[in-house]
Amino acid sequence: SQIHMPPSSALQDDKEYVGFATLPNQVHRKSVKKGFDFTLMVAGESGLGKSTLVNSLFLTDMYRDRKLLNAEERITQTVEITKHVVDIEEKGVKLRLTIVDTPGFGEAVNNTECWKPVADYIDQQFEQYFRDESGLNRKNIQDNRVHCCLYFISPFGHGLRPLDVEFMRALHQRVNIVPILAKADTLTPSEVERKKSKIREEIERYGIRIYQFPECDSDEDEDFKLQDQALKESIPFAVIGSNMVVEAKGRRVRGRLYPWGIVEVENPAHCDFVKLRTMLVKTHMQDLKDVTRETHYENYRAQCIQSMTRMVVKERNRNKLTRESGTDFPIPAIPAVPDSETEKLIREKDKEVSARAGAWVSCQGLHQSHSRMWEAWLELRAALSPTPACSCAGLWSPRSPWQHRQPAAGPDTFPAWRISTSIPLEELTESSSIHSAKLSSALWPPAATTPPWVSLSQNWASGSFPPQELAAPFEGRVCSVHGANWPISLPLLALTHPEADVVSTLPGPVQD
Amino acid sequence: MEGELVQPAPEETPRDANPANVGLELFGYVGIEAVLDQMRIKTMKTGFEFNLMVVGQSGLGKSTMVNTLFKSKVSRKPTGPGYEERIPKTVQLQSITHVIEEKGVKMKLTVTDTPGFGDQINNENCWDPIIKYINEQYEKYLREEILISRKRKIPDTRVHSCVYFVPPTGHWLRPLDLEFMRRLSKIVNMVPVIAKADTLTLEERAEFKKRIQKDLKAHGISVYPQEDFDDNSDDRILNNKIRDKMPFAVVGADKEHQVNGKRILGRKTKWGIIEVENPAHCEFPLLRDLLIRSHLQDLKDITHNVHYESYRMQRLNESNRLALSPINGLLGKDEVESDL
Repeated sequence: SQIHMPPSSALQDDKEYVGFATLPNQVHRKSVKKGFDFTLMVAGESGLGKSTLVNSLFLTDMYRDRKLLNAEERITQTVEITKHVVDIEEKGVKLRLTIVDTPGFGEAVNNTECWKPVADYIDQQFEQYFRDESGLNRKNIQDNRVHCCLYFISPFGHGLRPLDVEFMRALHQRVNIVPILAKADTLTPSEVERKKSKIREEIERYGIRIYQFPECDSDEDEDFKLQDQALKESIPFAVIGSNMVVEAKGRRVRGRLYPWGIVEVENPAHCDFVKLRTMLVKTHMQDLKDVTRETHYENYRAQCIQSMTRMVVKERNRNKLTRESGTDFPIPAIPAVPDSETEKLIREKDKEVSARAGAWVSCQGLHQSHSRMWEAWLELRAALSPTPACSCAGLWSPRSPWQHRQPAAGPDTFPAWRISTSIPLEELTESSSIHSAKLSSALWPPAATTPPWVSLSQNWASGSFPPQELAAPFEGRVCSVHGANWPISLPLLALTHPEADVVSTLPGPVQD
Repeated sequence: MEGELVQPAPEETPRDANPANVGLELFGYVGIEAVLDQMRIKTMKTGFEFNLMVVGQSGLGKSTMVNTLFKSKVSRKPTGPGYEERIPKTVQLQSITHVIEEKGVKMKLTVTDTPGFGDQINNENCWDPIIKYINEQYEKYLREEILISRKRKIPDTRVHSCVYFVPPTGHWLRPLDLEFMRRLSKIVNMVPVIAKADTLTLEERAEFKKRIQKDLKAHGISVYPQEDFDDNSDDRILNNKIRDKMPFAVVGADKEHQVNGKRILGRKTKWGIIEVENPAHCEFPLLRDLLIRSHLQDLKDITHNVHYESYRMQRLNESNRLALSPINGLLGKDEVESDL
């Protein structure tokens, strides 16, 4: 849908016209200047046409220097992960495309756990991003997270093989999986239909969560809706790829020449290549990136933080630190039950998020896990005796974990709004046009009203809010758990208290 | 004619086996050639036996290929939308026997299928059940053969040919293929074919074949027709031609379509009809000729003379007896049983 800029004369004439309708254009211009990046992973057995398909999709030759292994090398081959980066430009828009390939997958006689290197790679990218995001300098974070994984299913089997099921089950929580029926020129039309429905049914049966296309808004036009519907019913996409251009009926087409006829790659009657390309590049690229960011990455992050909290508590138990006779500072209690309005809104958001991303990420679940982590943190804090100067730059303050003191200077310091990760995920992103976070305007006004699941601090035992600065003895503690310069403590702490009042300190939503 | 083969005693050399001697000249019609007719009549009465094994991952078209080869519904294939293809957890062997007749010649055809081969995540030793089965058939034949009073015609269940289906990746042989072929080519006649070859263009096919041939040579795998068993130069020339074209790129089909007014077996796709019996489209005719029309007897002979004999030698060596004398009644019952 286009945003039409009114001519400038209208701007001047119409006094009621404010002009923020041009915001999407501004965003658009900025993005074009910055360029886009996209990481695509292709996985599947060797010989299913992965390289050919990638070349056909992006009309480049990425595998020019590929060499095929000889017999001895093949026997001992293990699964590798290779990365090819290519910069493509079209009509002034730059795209940095990274293709991650998995040679050696499913090749050996014994393929047990051959998906592990792939899963590890994806987790590594998440971890690297997590560290960068929690670090001090966040201007130029490189986003290497895998946005989409095309999984190639062999057309020679009867549906999914055991290896296919294992792979998809291991990865569906980590990356958007788009199943592809490879080398579809070997199948007659009825065979294609039969295999597609068999694969779809097996995906249901084994509980594999492939990438779901977002629902169309009701105000989209009919064409778009029909297109969307057709797209959903074509999963898995039956594709054919080709590196060659052949002559057919006087035209030059990309295709494969057989003695019995010519298969055209870009003919929608022959295969679903055009649908796949449209989906991947034209319509759903941004959505794929959003889901990766909002769902898969956040899942990983929450898991990571949970496990870190557990480690911290274990450390404490192992070190058997002495407790002080009494606590020097009041420990506020979290309210037992959030109020009913909060509950209702949480449930609504829950449903929305669950519908998209499955029950794993739900506001309720996050709320609960936050509460648990907060309790664990409280235990830990109670056990830690005064320690020498903490080298995490004094940003970690035992008094008010949800709100750290502003350090002395500098544009590079950790800004206060970092804490806002406790806000529901959907609201924090620059939403794409397909699903705008409708609640954001209602729940994120500047300081006027409180976000529903941030309650004011009447429950603080210390009394007034924001908590007063406490006495000097707690200055400069060394974090005995983390040692030097572990910035992770900050988001850890920030996340531990869901009740953090962030209104007064936050300048606005998190930039992505 | 298995019953008629006799082992020649090592010392026996015909005194007049001088290649320079052309032989006696006949000055009249004797009628020696009538032996051929007698053999033919006898064969028609007794019929042939042929045992074929098909091995490959599920979905490569093995059952369809067998049906196309023998132009009848030999293998039970999944039909209808409600059929559930279950991949078995271990390799199983299923044999189906049919008697087919053509022009008065009867053939007892046994097709052994191996569902579950190569379908699991861990395919180690998935060839063991197959090797066991083949050796079991040899064992059965051996037991019948060493009986004191044995049957006139020993039922032959030995596998005469194993057709191995290679998936048409277009790249090279996978480790699983190499492992399997290496072991099986030593005990049975192995005929590799490129399955579902309609996915490869002609250039891709040629390249794939070259790479496979290189691989087979590098690993010392000898497929049928084996070079070591070429009897004479004529055979060698013919077999060389066949070996150049191996492995055959085949397509199987059991449906007929109309092409130019004729009904032809083929696969109908949106961009054309692939005719199975057209040598320009695929090499199915070559496979059929090899297995049935020209080399069927040769397959059986090599199975009997080479593979079975080597199995037999192995078994006899195991029991530490160099010569087996079934006529010698001195072998006690216990001894016979413990040896074998």
